[in-house]
Amino acid sequence: MLRFLFVRIGLLVPTFIGITIAAFGFVRLLPGDPVLLLAGEHGVSPERHAELMHQLGFDRPIWVQYFDFLWSVLQGDLGRSLVTHRPVLAEFSTLFPATLELSVCAIIIATVVGIPIGVIAAMKRGTWVDQSVMGAALVGYSMPIFWWGLLLIIFFSGVLHWTPVSGRISLLYYFPAHTGFMLIDSLLSGQKGAFVSAVSHLVLPAIVLATIPLAVIARQTRSAMLEVLGEDYVRTARAKGLSQARVVGLHALRNALIPVVTTIGLQVGVMMAGAILTETIFSWPGVGKWMVDSIFRRDYPAVQGGLLMIAVIIMFVNLIVDLLYGLINPRIRHTR
Amino acid sequence: MSRMEAETQELAAESPRMAMLREFWAYFSENRGAVIGLVVFVVICLVAIFANVIAPHSASMQFRDSLLVPPVWQEGGSWQFILGTDPVGRDILSRLIYGSRFSLFVGCVVVAGALVVGIIVGLLAGFFGGWFDTLVMRVMDIILAFPSLLLALALVAILGPSLTNAMIAIAIVQQPHYVRLTRAAVMAEKQRDYVTAARVVGASPLRLMVVTILPNSLSPLIVQAALSFSNAILDAAALGFLGMGAQPPTPEWGTMLAEAREFILRAWWVVTFPGLAILVTVLAINLVGDGLRDALDPKLKRS
Amino acid sequence: MILKTTIRALALGVSVAAMVAGAASAKTLVYCSEGSPAGFDPGLYTAGTDFDASSKTVYNRLVEFKSGTTEVVPALAESWDVSDDGMEYTFHLREGVKFQTTDFFTPTREFNADDVVFSFTRMLDKESPWYNYAGGQWQYFDAMSMPDLLKSIEKVDDHTVKFVLTRPEAPFIANMAMDFASIMSKEYADQLQADDNMPMLNQQPLGTGPFQFVAYQKDAVIRYKANPDYWGGKEAIDDLVFAITPDAAVRYQKLLANECQIMPYPAPADIEAMKSNDDINVMEQNGLNVAYLAYNTLQEPFDKPEVRKALNMAINKKAIIDAVFQGSGSVAKNPIPPTMWGYNDDIEDDPYDPEAAKKMLEDAGVTDLKMKIWAMPVQRPYMPNARRAAELIQSDYAEVGVDAEIVSFEWGEYLKRAAEKDHDGAIILGWTGDNGDPDNFLAVLLGCDGVGTSNNVAEYCDEDFESLIQKAKTLSSQEERAELYKKAQEVFKEDAPWATLAHSVVYMPMRNSVQNYKMDPLGSHRFDGVDIAE
Repeated sequence: MLRFLFVRIGLLVPTFIGITIAAFGFVRLLPGDPVLLLAGEHGVSPERHAELMHQLGFDRPIWVQYFDFLWSVLQGDLGRSLVTHRPVLAEFSTLFPATLELSVCAIIIATVVGIPIGVIAAMKRGTWVDQSVMGAALVGYSMPIFWWGLLLIIFFSGVLHWTPVSGRISLLYYFPAHTGFMLIDSLLSGQKGAFVSAVSHLVLPAIVLATIPLAVIARQTRSAMLEVLGEDYVRTARAKGLSQARVVGLHALRNALIPVVTTIGLQVGVMMAGAILTETIFSWPGVGKWMVDSIFRRDYPAVQGGLLMIAVIIMFVNLIVDLLYGLINPRIRHTR
Repeated sequence: MSRMEAETQELAAESPRMAMLREFWAYFSENRGAVIGLVVFVVICLVAIFANVIAPHSASMQFRDSLLVPPVWQEGGSWQFILGTDPVGRDILSRLIYGSRFSLFVGCVVVAGALVVGIIVGLLAGFFGGWFDTLVMRVMDIILAFPSLLLALALVAILGPSLTNAMIAIAIVQQPHYVRLTRAAVMAEKQRDYVTAARVVGASPLRLMVVTILPNSLSPLIVQAALSFSNAILDAAALGFLGMGAQPPTPEWGTMLAEAREFILRAWWVVTFPGLAILVTVLAINLVGDGLRDALDPKLKRS
Repeated sequence: MILKTTIRALALGVSVAAMVAGAASAKTLVYCSEGSPAGFDPGLYTAGTDFDASSKTVYNRLVEFKSGTTEVVPALAESWDVSDDGMEYTFHLREGVKFQTTDFFTPTREFNADDVVFSFTRMLDKESPWYNYAGGQWQYFDAMSMPDLLKSIEKVDDHTVKFVLTRPEAPFIANMAMDFASIMSKEYADQLQADDNMPMLNQQPLGTGPFQFVAYQKDAVIRYKANPDYWGGKEAIDDLVFAITPDAAVRYQKLLANECQIMPYPAPADIEAMKSNDDINVMEQNGLNVAYLAYNTLQEPFDKPEVRKALNMAINKKAIIDAVFQGSGSVAKNPIPPTMWGYNDDIEDDPYDPEAAKKMLEDAGVTDLKMKIWAMPVQRPYMPNARRAAELIQSDYAEVGVDAEIVSFEWGEYLKRAAEKDHDGAIILGWTGDNGDPDNFLAVLLGCDGVGTSNNVAEYCDEDFESLIQKAKTLSSQEERAELYKKAQEVFKEDAPWATLAHSVVYMPMRNSVQNYKMDPLGSHRFDGVDIAE
């Protein structure tokens, strides 16, 4: 196990360096000129332009720029945003809790709804229940979520006025951000109604973001259950006269969940992609929207730093999933 | 029937292949959803092929005195524009019909590109192993470390927003799946007797890979291809929606949605129909994909 | 009156209790703003979004535009003298002006000449530690040629400051009313410098303005409260909140739900519905802007005025107003907007006449013309959707046998390529006035100096036109200047370097409860003087 752990962690080093090269490279390859972009219709004189490019360090040899970047990254410095002139890491960390909160809620929704649905479908295999549940899951899986979000806004906010249109909490509430998670902060604030307001703002985006992972988890659970239900020990348990509920709950589900856990872990990457669209639609102040805005604004350090941070986070989540899986399922250790 | 026999027979005669196809179809047609999906998909393909015959108007014809006309069943609608018109007076139905061409085209090109390159790279990596394999797999790890849409977005930002560049970006993002699948299959097959036998007989490595190993690794690749066909359509639409895919006035569905976003509360039809078209197409392809998987994956067959 | 005050005081007492319980305070105005400010030092930025959040709320300038006009009135300077040669401006500063007291800074002295000198030297003096403090550029200051124009800024005494210029410049006083000229607190800056915390100047602004900064949550909300010590008197509202809401449809939804009371930049598509809603009052005003299609006058066949004129006649501008502006704009015939002084209303626009246009092109020997139309990738105040406009023009041109291709680049790249002298085709672009002076349109956008920059993308340099606008720069009488500008517009119309497309109408929807809001012709959003009915 320890060997597996070391090998797995050792593999992170080249990947990390690759990620820094990729993040750095992307930004250098972006066409356009940040200085001109900032100047807008007013333009800027060629001398001033050269001066500013120099100031930003864009006139040095590319490899010097890269090693500078790598060195700063190792010291925890991702540079300053060209737009806000604040450290990129600070920008990222003020926005990340919003994305995390949204993603965690979405994962919870997807898991809490997805697993039971999958189990039920597996139990009722072949019946209309199975077919309609799995049909719905496939629709969810095929959903263009940017459109789905718009539809939900039209219906729940525009027609029914049940949920607010965007933002994280009603502006009536103002309290300092202790954790950056609105749900927790609103509870800590002790202000009446703040928590409810935060929840009502979170519901629609979380549902939208949960849609695809929910479908994936439901489908995965169903097929894992079917596989396990067909195995000998489950048949034996059944033959021994254990109740249906016990068989499913104790034996089948526990074993079926192993691949499902991996699936949930793998959804983190999917979530980040989904967060880009969801945050854009709901004006959710998270890193997904920030990345899109930064790409459009050609905010080089922000794009570079953001790509790096997101990739590193996903890398670590994948590591944890791998380790967990290795822990649960010893077979995996030898196949690498 | 052992694989070895299958191999030799396949080279010799046509009939076992027909039999395999028939068996495949038997499994596939058992799945009602898959058949429905296939029918819908074929209809969409026909619509795309015969767009200029079916569409009531040209996709770019601007009817300047009919801006934002609602669909026919709503007050103010007319049979001239069955699904209404957009802000510059173009017929939405016609644009959707022409738009199907773009979505299918994107799907085909991306899958073909990712599949061909992915298989070649995966075969080479799996077959040769060593440092080349390590390098390839690390590169794939790096690609997979970024969320696909974010990566595609960054790539399109580099290449410049257009449908072609969106397709290139999506194909690159989907690459690792094919490479990994092919490599894994090759690694597994490499150890088998029939490969060793072929090698002993003196078959060249290239011939070994293409003729011997590849056909036996096809099933997972086909399933993956169906999956990434629908993903490609979704991603291209998402990029279009973010303004980084096909550029207006191209009637690509995601781009149509993006253009229509400002009318979300005033003219629901400009928002609703393009999204619906995406959903139906992707759903149909996913249904077919599920059917393919069930029919090709022996593990799930009749479990 | 007394009764009313008492009731308000009572209400205030109640609301303080309510505040403790969690709700907001007495009079809160929520503004659904269109985007996040990049920062709070107005010198560093050029966008209205940044100015709304800093210079218009937190700061004052020596002189300011009177609310709702482009008229320059005294602010932190009570009066000023100009030397006879027009090279020296002496400002007499207002006394007894207090800087804001916030939880991050408590001033010990009142506003004086040191603050004025500091505010300008931080942008002018490359040796100043503040010159590069945020890693940013003093963009507007540069764009208005201030580094060349300002020879020195001297403190004469505590309440007198003298600006020495390198040349006479008629629009100088108007420039001093612009956002980049906001006056910062030197004492606050010194403290930040001593604490080694200089970037905070751009994150926690502190000035003399009507509202003081409370907090900013990135991409979500900015909070201000009324400055109790404001030299102009405390504002009627107690709290001002900017709810950052980039999507126009969402802003509208929030307005309907009374989650905010006022919003800028409604989607043109929603304006009809807003107008027919009884709870909502839609104010409108012609924007101080112009959108145009500029032909490259150095390129064949656009070097011929008759070709440009013919192409202008092929464009159905009315259709652009309908489809792109959804009616929220007016057809432009001159390069300056009609609300500006010096506008020549006697000029007749080229008629929309495809037949005649076709014939004119044939007469000029132009057949089978293939050209490029550049469409901006971004939405600007003067042009809600350049692509849609380009599509319409493309189809109009097809009518007269011109085959146009629409091209677009990323915004920075667009401006860069547009600045190249030999760029190919006609470019959609526009301009929003900075200070209400026609010079700011005609000289900047069509003057010979601008050739080869992103300002004059028509690469237009005409002797007659140039001499008119140069002469107007040096005169101080507005009437005489206006006459010259009117003539310049005639020259422009004959030469037709642009197809003038539209002036947008700016709309400001608000709840009926919002009172005394005045629309700013320069396009900013100001909340001083605004009240809200309870």
